[in-house]
Amino acid sequence: MDFRFSEGEEAFRQQVRQWLKQEIPQRWVELDPGIWEETEESWAIARQFHRKLGEKGWLAPAYPKEYGGLELSHMKRLILAEELAYNRAPVGVEVEITVNWVTPAILLFGTERQKKEYATRIARGDTIFCIGYSEPDAGSDLASVKTRAVEDGDDYVINGQKIWCSYAHLADYCWLAVRTDPDAPKHKGISVFIVDMKTPGITVRPLINILNHHSFNEVFFDDVRVPKENLVGQKNNGWYQVAIALDFERSSIGWAATNQRIIEELADYARETTRNGQPLAKDPLVRNQLAQLAVENEVARMMAYRIAWMYSKGLHPGYESSMSMVFVSELSRRTASIGMRILGHYGELDRGSKWAVLNARLARMSLSALSIGVGGGSNEIQRNIIAVRGLGLPRK
Amino acid sequence: MDLGLSEEQEMLKTSARDFLQKECPKQLVRQLDDSEEGHSPDLWRKMAEQGWMGLVFPEEYGGSGGSFLDLAVLLDEMGYNILPGPFFSAVILGGLPIALTGSEEQKMEFLPRLADGTTLLTLALTEPTAGYDAASVRTEATARNGEYVINGTKLFVPNANVADYLICVARTGKGDQAESSLTLLIIDARSPGVRITPLKTIARDRQCEVVFDNVVVSEKNILGRPNEAWPIVEEVLQKATVAKCAEMVGGAQAVLDMTVNYARERIQFDRPIGSFQAIQHYCADMASDVIGSRFLTYKAAWKTSEGLPAAADVAMAKAWTGEAYERVTLLGHQILGAIGFTMDHDMHLYYRRAKAGQTIFGDADFQRGIVARGQGL
Ligand SMILES: Cc1cc2nc3c(=O)[nH]c(=O)nc-3n(C[C@H](O)[C@H](O)[C@H](O)COP(=O)(O)OP(=O)(O)OC[C@H]3O[C@@H](n4cnc5c(N)ncnc54)[C@H](O)[C@@H]3O)c2cc1C
Repeated sequence: MDFRFSEGEEAFRQQVRQWLKQEIPQRWVELDPGIWEETEESWAIARQFHRKLGEKGWLAPAYPKEYGGLELSHMKRLILAEELAYNRAPVGVEVEITVNWVTPAILLFGTERQKKEYATRIARGDTIFCIGYSEPDAGSDLASVKTRAVEDGDDYVINGQKIWCSYAHLADYCWLAVRTDPDAPKHKGISVFIVDMKTPGITVRPLINILNHHSFNEVFFDDVRVPKENLVGQKNNGWYQVAIALDFERSSIGWAATNQRIIEELADYARETTRNGQPLAKDPLVRNQLAQLAVENEVARMMAYRIAWMYSKGLHPGYESSMSMVFVSELSRRTASIGMRILGHYGELDRGSKWAVLNARLARMSLSALSIGVGGGSNEIQRNIIAVRGLGLPRK
Repeated sequence: MDLGLSEEQEMLKTSARDFLQKECPKQLVRQLDDSEEGHSPDLWRKMAEQGWMGLVFPEEYGGSGGSFLDLAVLLDEMGYNILPGPFFSAVILGGLPIALTGSEEQKMEFLPRLADGTTLLTLALTEPTAGYDAASVRTEATARNGEYVINGTKLFVPNANVADYLICVARTGKGDQAESSLTLLIIDARSPGVRITPLKTIARDRQCEVVFDNVVVSEKNILGRPNEAWPIVEEVLQKATVAKCAEMVGGAQAVLDMTVNYARERIQFDRPIGSFQAIQHYCADMASDVIGSRFLTYKAAWKTSEGLPAAADVAMAKAWTGEAYERVTLLGHQILGAIGFTMDHDMHLYYRRAKAGQTIFGDADFQRGIVARGQGL
C-alpha cells in the first residue's frame, strides 16, 4: 500500500496549480458562477478557457495523441480534475459531458472520420456537445425513448422531443439517442447520432432551473435531416453504446474537491466570526459539525481515488463509481445544509445581497446540489446498481 | 499510489481467515463469551504457533519484524471472525509500550514470552472518569527507598483478569501540567494489593476494574523514563485506535457478507427479500459504509506503518468507522428480522462489539475534536 502520489505526480499538481493561478481570469472569479449558473458572459469566458486548456492538452488529456490528447496517466488526470474543481476553474459540466462522456464513446464506436473530426476538435476546446437522452416519458427508464429516426435516402429523418438537455442552446452538436426500430424489444431498437445543432427543424426552448438560470432545455425535432454518416457505431446498438458511455470514468473527484474547498472556507469563517462573544470556532457544535464534514469528505475523496487507482491497474470499476457518486452527492447536500446552519441567518442570503457571506455559495449550493444524485442516473438507480452488480443481489 | 495489499499481506489475510474459521468457530466464540476468563489457552497456543503475537516485534525479540500494516491486516480478519480473548490487549496495549520504550533488558524479558504465548500483558490507563486524557490519571506511585508504592483505581482495563503483567500509568510527581508527571510501571498482576474484578459488559469484552492498594514494585519496573510516560501513552493510544478500527472494518465486512447472503436466500412473497429495493438499498449503504471505513482505516494504518504523522487520519478513521460499524450492524439486524433478535443468530455478537468499539479509545465526538484541531479550529 502507498497512499502517496509519486514525486512526478506531485510536481504535476504544482504545475497545474501554478498555471491555474495565472490563467483563471479575474472576471470569472468576480462572477463566481456555481454549477448550472451560466450566463452569456460566464459562458464566453469558459469557452475561451476551454481553448487555453486545450492548448496545454489538459482539456482532454486522456485521449490518444493522434486525436489531440496527451495519453496522460489516470493518476495525473485525477489530480488535474481535482485541481480544476478545487480552484473553481471555468470548467463546468459541459466539459464533463463533452470530454468524458461523448468523446470516449466516439473513440470507441465511431468511424475514423468521426474520431478525427470530433475528438480532435473537442480536445482543442473548439467543440461542445449536449446530450439528448431524456424525454418526457423516458427518464431513468432511458430505454423507452420514443424520438424516431427513419432512413430516407442518404439521411435519417428525426422527429420527436427531448428534455432536460443541458447547454442545448449553447452547444455545437447533440449526442442523440433515438429509436430506429420501433418493433424490436425496447433495448434493441435504439441508435445514437451526432446532430449539428444548427440543422433546420431543431427548436430549443429554455427551461429555467431551480437557480433561476437557463442551463437546460426542451429540444424539438421536426423532420430534422441527419446524414447517415452521423450514425455512431451500429444501428440499433445504441442502448449498449449509451450504457458504456454512462459508465466511462466517473470518479466524482470534482465534487469531492468542490466540497473540500467550501469546507475549508467554512472553517475560515468559523475562525473569523464572533458569535455570543466568542469565535464560532470555539462552539463545540460547530467544531463537531465541521470535523464531521471533513471526515465525510475524506471518505468521498478516497472513494474517488479508488476509481482512478482501479483504472490505473487496468481494472474496470462499475458499481464502485455508483458508490462514489451516491456518497458525494448526498454529502454535497449535507455540506450545504450544515454550512447554512453554521452561517445562521446569513445562510439564506442570496448572491448579490449586500450582507451575503462566502458569496452566498452555500445557499446556491443548497439548490444546485439537488441536481447531483438525480441527473446522470439517480441515486436510487445507482443503489440498484451497487446492490445487483456489486453485491450480487437478485433482480427478481 | 497503490491502494491494494501486497501479495504477502493477501496471503496473511487468507491464512488468518482460514485459521480462524477452523480454530475459532462461532461456537467457541460463544463459549468464551460465556466463560469466566474469556480466554482459551489452547487457541492462544495455536495462535502463537502462527507467529501472530510476535508479528510486529523485531526478530531479536522473538518476533517476525512485520509492519504495523501487516498487523492491521491480521486485526481486520480477527474482527471478521470476532476473535475473543486478549490478543488486542496483550500485543497492542501491552507489547507496544515495551517495544517503544522498554530497556534492552525489559524487551528481552517480555517480548519473546509475549511472542511465544507464555506471557500476557495489558495496559492499566483509564480511571473512573473513563477519559483518555492525562488529567484523568490519579493513581499515584510514590517513591520509597528504590521502590514505588502504588495506590489507585483503574477502570476499563481490558483482559486484566488473565494478564500476567499490568503496565500501569501512574502519577509520580506534582508537575504543573497533567502530562508531565506520569510514569509507566510494569506490575506483576499477582502482587499483593492488586485486586482485579471483571466488569459485566454487553459486549462480553473483559473490561476490568483494577485496584492498587499499597502495591510495591521495584524502581527497576519503570518502563521508559520516569515522568515522561505521556508521549508514549499517546503513541500507543493512537496505534491502538487504528488497530481497533482495523478490527471494526473486519467486523463490518462480516456483517455485510452475512446480511447479503441472508437476503439472497430468505424468501418472502415468493421471492428473495434481496430482490426488494428497500433491502437492496440498505445493502448498498452498508457496502458504502464498509468501503469508506476500509479506506480511512487503511490510510491511517499505512501512515502509522510508515512513521508519518497520522493523528488527524487516525481520528478521522475512528470517527467514521465507529459510527459506520454501528450503522452497518443496525441495518444488518433490520434485514434479518426477528431471527436477528435471538441469541442463536450471530448478528448480535457483532452488534455488541460495534457498540463497545465505538467508545473505546474515544468515541466519534472525541475524535472529531481532534479532527477539528487539525482543521485549525
Ligand atoms: C441539472 C440536470 C441536468 C440534466 N441534463 C441532462 C442532459 O443534458 N441530457 C439529458 O438527456 N438528460 C439530462 N438530465 C435528465 C436526467 O438524466 C434525468 O433527470 C434522470 O435520468 C432521471 O430521470 P427523471 O428526472 O425523469 O426522473 P424519473 O426517472 O421519473 O425518476 C423519479 C424518481 O423515481 C425514481 N426511480 C425511477 N426509476 C426507479 C427504479 N427503477 N428504482 C428506484 N427508483 C426509481 C428516481 O430515482 C427518482 O427518485 C438532467 C437532469 C438534471 C437534474
